[in-house]
Amino acid sequence: MMPRFWPMFRKEFIQMRRDRLTLALMIGVPVIQLLMFGYAIQTDVRNLPTVVLDESRTPESRHLIHAFENTGNFRIVAQVDGRPALDAAFARGDAQAGIVVPADYPRDLLRGTTATVQIIVDASDPMSSQAALAAAAGVAQIRNLAILSAAAGRATLPLEARVRPRYNPGLRTAVYIVPGLVGVVLTMTMVIITAIAIARERERGTLEQLIVTPITKTELMLGKIAPYVGVGLVQMTAVLVLGRFVFAVPLTGSIWLLYGISIVFVVANLSLGLFISTLAQTQQQAMQMSFFLMLPSILLSGFMFPRQAMPLFFQWVGLALPLTHFLKVLRGILLKGVGLEALWPEVLVLTGFAVGLIGLAVSRFHKTLD
Amino acid sequence: MTDPAVETRSLTRRFGDLTAVRDLTLRIAPGEVFGLLGPNGSGKTTTIRMLCGLLEPSGGTARVAGVEVTEAPEAIKQRIGYMAQQVGLYEDLTVGENLDFYGGIYGLKHAARGARLAEVVAFLNLESRLDQLAGHLSGGWKQRLALGCALLHRPNVLFLDEPTAGVDPAARRNFWQAIYGIAAQGTTVLLTTHYMDEAERCQRLAMLSRGHLIALGTSTEVAAQVGGKTLEDAFILLQERDER
Ligand SMILES: Nc1ncnc2c1ncn2[C@@H]1O[C@H](COP(=O)(O)OP(=O)(O)OP(=O)(O)O)[C@@H](O)[C@H]1O
Ligand SMILES: [Mg+2]
Repeated sequence: MMPRFWPMFRKEFIQMRRDRLTLALMIGVPVIQLLMFGYAIQTDVRNLPTVVLDESRTPESRHLIHAFENTGNFRIVAQVDGRPALDAAFARGDAQAGIVVPADYPRDLLRGTTATVQIIVDASDPMSSQAALAAAAGVAQIRNLAILSAAAGRATLPLEARVRPRYNPGLRTAVYIVPGLVGVVLTMTMVIITAIAIARERERGTLEQLIVTPITKTELMLGKIAPYVGVGLVQMTAVLVLGRFVFAVPLTGSIWLLYGISIVFVVANLSLGLFISTLAQTQQQAMQMSFFLMLPSILLSGFMFPRQAMPLFFQWVGLALPLTHFLKVLRGILLKGVGLEALWPEVLVLTGFAVGLIGLAVSRFHKTLD
Repeated sequence: MTDPAVETRSLTRRFGDLTAVRDLTLRIAPGEVFGLLGPNGSGKTTTIRMLCGLLEPSGGTARVAGVEVTEAPEAIKQRIGYMAQQVGLYEDLTVGENLDFYGGIYGLKHAARGARLAEVVAFLNLESRLDQLAGHLSGGWKQRLALGCALLHRPNVLFLDEPTAGVDPAARRNFWQAIYGIAAQGTTVLLTTHYMDEAERCQRLAMLSRGHLIALGTSTEVAAQVGGKTLEDAFILLQERDER
């Protein structure tokens, strides 16, 4: 069966090994991405630079400001005297949050009327402003409860909700980013590498020589992608090992299941690349098309932004991306430790992608120059 | 007369409004060294590509090595060898690896492949270059390696599109020795060229001009048909006529 697959495979493998730059990129890209996402990107915003305008200057106001500081979300960088100074700190970017305690704050508290405190956030940065708003609301709520309970003569709070974040108890960004990153890295590199593979042969004139031989389309396509399955698994291993030892990302489930499903995902992406390369005449076109497809994969797959929050249309678009399904597998196996009993729908869909895309690439490819 | 190795009837190929090859009818006998001659753009490459099944003819038929090209384009692949005008070698593979690859693709089995490779390497004097990257070879060696790759599976018909373009005279002489050697074993060779001395080495020639066959026969016959004393006169006459 397919006697010409092996010569094709061997040729691709030797070429891949000689292309040191590409090979270095294939390993370098995942490592750099991992360090970038793991260290630089923090979605839980802490230590927002904060200026305080305390117009009352009383023990009560200082107590309140302490409570804000204790959440860890606010880092007091300056005390200012008036509104203009506060605005200036925002404009310069020195402050991203401001706490304004009015002069009558202690008096209102004492009288039992509603005391107000103003929290100002720089909403041009959505992620930090969200975190600040949530923290501020939390502080106010707890103080409200404490004051009301005291007034009602209770020594304890009437209700306390204890939230237990499962699968990521520390709510660390790395724990949810790193598993997804495996899928993102594979999507980025695997699609491009095969997208340019056939376009490169066309540009160099070797494709014309190749298609006058008896090699079948299937042998040609499979021989081309097979060596890169190995590259994909090496990339994935690099991200997982670094994730484990640098960012303490757990591997809860079966590693064999993970690798097994990953092979299917890698084949799906390689085939997508092949399909692109049947549409592109030049390597540059192939690159552009791959990049065009990459963006939705990163934005709509649920890697960074929750899919549930997207309009229905974009949720559907997301379903058409292999990465969306693979992310469930990654998070499921790595963080939740679930097995095939939970993941079989994703496995089916990914297999469908792999088989369908290879079929599409083979049928689009013609052994002629027309 | 035996069955021709290559036979075309009214073979035609259009690219949009342009007719690159028009009504070409040719018969080439087995073992013949046949030349296609003509100025740039006269349709030589297009003709060869149609005969190899790389381009679909717009009209007419072609039989190569006993197989109807349009009906069974895959069936002829094992019976033909092709060297493209832009030599398609893998420059990041060595000479040996290129040969081994094409040997494998043409389905030579392991033991037979080694023996056949050794034979071709000896025939083309490639021993000393086996471990050199194809991309580092000079022009003459590249052509010779490409010829080797096209020969491995003992094709019945060998198509060579300007095989000696950009090659020095000594290397060209070597190349021609190889071509005669191949033809002596019964392989039909169809080649294109711009060099007059090479055209004169072909047993028969077809002269193309703007896709038309305008002369056919030995080099002296062709020269006479076009209306020049020598083949070179004929060629230049033709080019001038084309430019007008
Ligand atoms: N794929 C194509 N699309 C459009 N026109 C083409 C295509 N291939 C060839 N042509 C045109 O067909 C004509 C014949 O081209 P062809 O390459 O067969 O000439 P040639 O005799 O091989 O020339 P040369 O000596 O330069 O190699 C030319 O005018 C060329 O521009
Ligand atoms: Mg040509």
